[in-house]
Amino acid sequence: MDWGAILENTIRGLIGEQFIYFALAAIGLNIHFGFTGLLNFGQAVFMAAGAYGLSMAVATLGLNFWLGLVLGIIVFPLILALIMGVPTLRLRSDYLAIVTIAASEMFRIIARSPSLDRWTGSSDGLTGFANTFYELSPFDRSQRYFFGIFIGNQMWVVLVGWVAVVLVSVGVWAVLRSPWGRVLRAIREDEDAARSLGKNAYWFKMQALILGGVIGALGGMLRAIGTQSAQPQNFITDVTFFAWVALILGGVAKVGGPILGAAILYGILSFTDILLRQMVEAGIISTSVMDGTQVGQVRFMLIGLGLVLLAAFRPQGILGSKEEMALDDR
Amino acid sequence: MTADNTLNRFAGVPWEPGAAKSDPVLVVDGVRRAFGGLVAVDVDHLEVQRGAITALIGPNGAGKTTFFNLLTNFDTPDAGTRRFEGQELSRVPAHRVASLGMVRTFQLTKSLSKMSVIDNMLLGATHQRGESLRRSLLPFTWRGQEAANTARADELLERFKLSHMRNEYAGTLSGGQRKLLEMARALMVEPTMVMLDEPMAGVNPALKQSLLDHVKGLRDLGMTVLFVEHDMDMVQEISDWVVVMAEGRIIAEGPPSSIGENQAVVDAYLGAHHDAPLDLGEDR
Repeated sequence: MDWGAILENTIRGLIGEQFIYFALAAIGLNIHFGFTGLLNFGQAVFMAAGAYGLSMAVATLGLNFWLGLVLGIIVFPLILALIMGVPTLRLRSDYLAIVTIAASEMFRIIARSPSLDRWTGSSDGLTGFANTFYELSPFDRSQRYFFGIFIGNQMWVVLVGWVAVVLVSVGVWAVLRSPWGRVLRAIREDEDAARSLGKNAYWFKMQALILGGVIGALGGMLRAIGTQSAQPQNFITDVTFFAWVALILGGVAKVGGPILGAAILYGILSFTDILLRQMVEAGIISTSVMDGTQVGQVRFMLIGLGLVLLAAFRPQGILGSKEEMALDDR
Repeated sequence: MTADNTLNRFAGVPWEPGAAKSDPVLVVDGVRRAFGGLVAVDVDHLEVQRGAITALIGPNGAGKTTFFNLLTNFDTPDAGTRRFEGQELSRVPAHRVASLGMVRTFQLTKSLSKMSVIDNMLLGATHQRGESLRRSLLPFTWRGQEAANTARADELLERFKLSHMRNEYAGTLSGGQRKLLEMARALMVEPTMVMLDEPMAGVNPALKQSLLDHVKGLRDLGMTVLFVEHDMDMVQEISDWVVVMAEGRIIAEGPPSSIGENQAVVDAYLGAHHDAPLDLGEDR
């Protein structure tokens, strides 16, 4: 058993690239669900909007990287939120849920369609759009950093990602303690009450959908930059549900909830992955019980078990407020 | 303004459905709402007198709440017009009605449980600069207004005897306190007309009197009050004018004392050909 490798992998899970992508996606979901009560089951499509916004702008259309950044973080998710929100936000929350899950699958299936190969690169996706990003890296790409855990380019993605997570969280904290955030919480509690007090619930919900989508798109774009590719396979529905798991694990409607949740989720996934793999290799776990190829599935079973225990013993999540949970009369 | 003065406003107004008032704030014409084959509301004409307390009563299923939703623009009629201060409501989105000066409460109180009492109150303030997403990041643009709103909210909480609950979750309030909070929150809108949907439902007798006083207080501050109620004691005690609905139509109007003897009302409540006069709670 190589305890050094186990420790290294666990830290990487806790604070590495995967953590950053999903923390951002979950922060966006927290604005949607935690603070406004919008059921978005298609956060993957906002992430895809960020990834494809940048990669199509640069790799397909040959535009400038910075223009691609604006397209991916602002223009694409904005258009997407309007398309999904205009018909559904006047209706009950379930309608948005249906539309978001459908939109995220539609986007993925259209993006991988061979007839669009020229635009989206179909199932191979797009590459070679992140060079400008890595040219700005202060890190030597042949060196290892942070106790040897990250190589140069990864270190750059992780650093930029962490700055993004911190800035976004501070921004979210600031807007949610303002009167604007108060209206969102009122809408989450009771839309009719907010409307009777003169608040345009529809418009506030639209703003929340856009803001959460933009943050999700930032996560998706960083994922495309980090892997240097935008592929349909990276935006399957599982991605949405990982973001949900991170949010629920950390605590809904708490600014720090999605960050802690994403860290724990990927920390546990990485830890169990390498631990089980090494135990199989070392013969501690007999191959009659499980072999190396099954580790991937088993660690998700463990996460599932953990969630069941969380729901039973701490339904409000790690940071969530038990008091607020108890007031839930719905 | 005294109650006598208020009564004078109804001098010369005939005791009949659709009677014209001296100074109507809300005028309804030909409002009709059907759900499938069931005509829930079919009101030819109604005027609500400014500065008075008007009660809307009727047996269960009379269409009171549907009518109320139509008046507050929470529902859209199939036909007809509703004019509030001369403004036709069908051209106004529901949330804008509050900024016109009409605010409503709900039969099932909608106190926002997971928000503090003071946050509930602050939500009621209109034209808040900090409710713009752009300015929400710039606290100096809204902090002054927020402080002024907080001061006003605290005064209202004091008046409604909820100050001690200021920082508690609204979900921890009792049913009666929630009714008080909802009324206080409605006043944060600075309305000219307050619409109360069954303000007495689920309120214990001890709080009832204080709630009644608060409703009278609204009139004394110059506001118009229209309320839906089943509690006949309340109707008798505080209303200046009573409108009776049955089967979607207005069947009687008049001062509270006149309603108990009205044959159409007796028929509506007890069925036609009932010969005893209706006890609407005068002799408790």
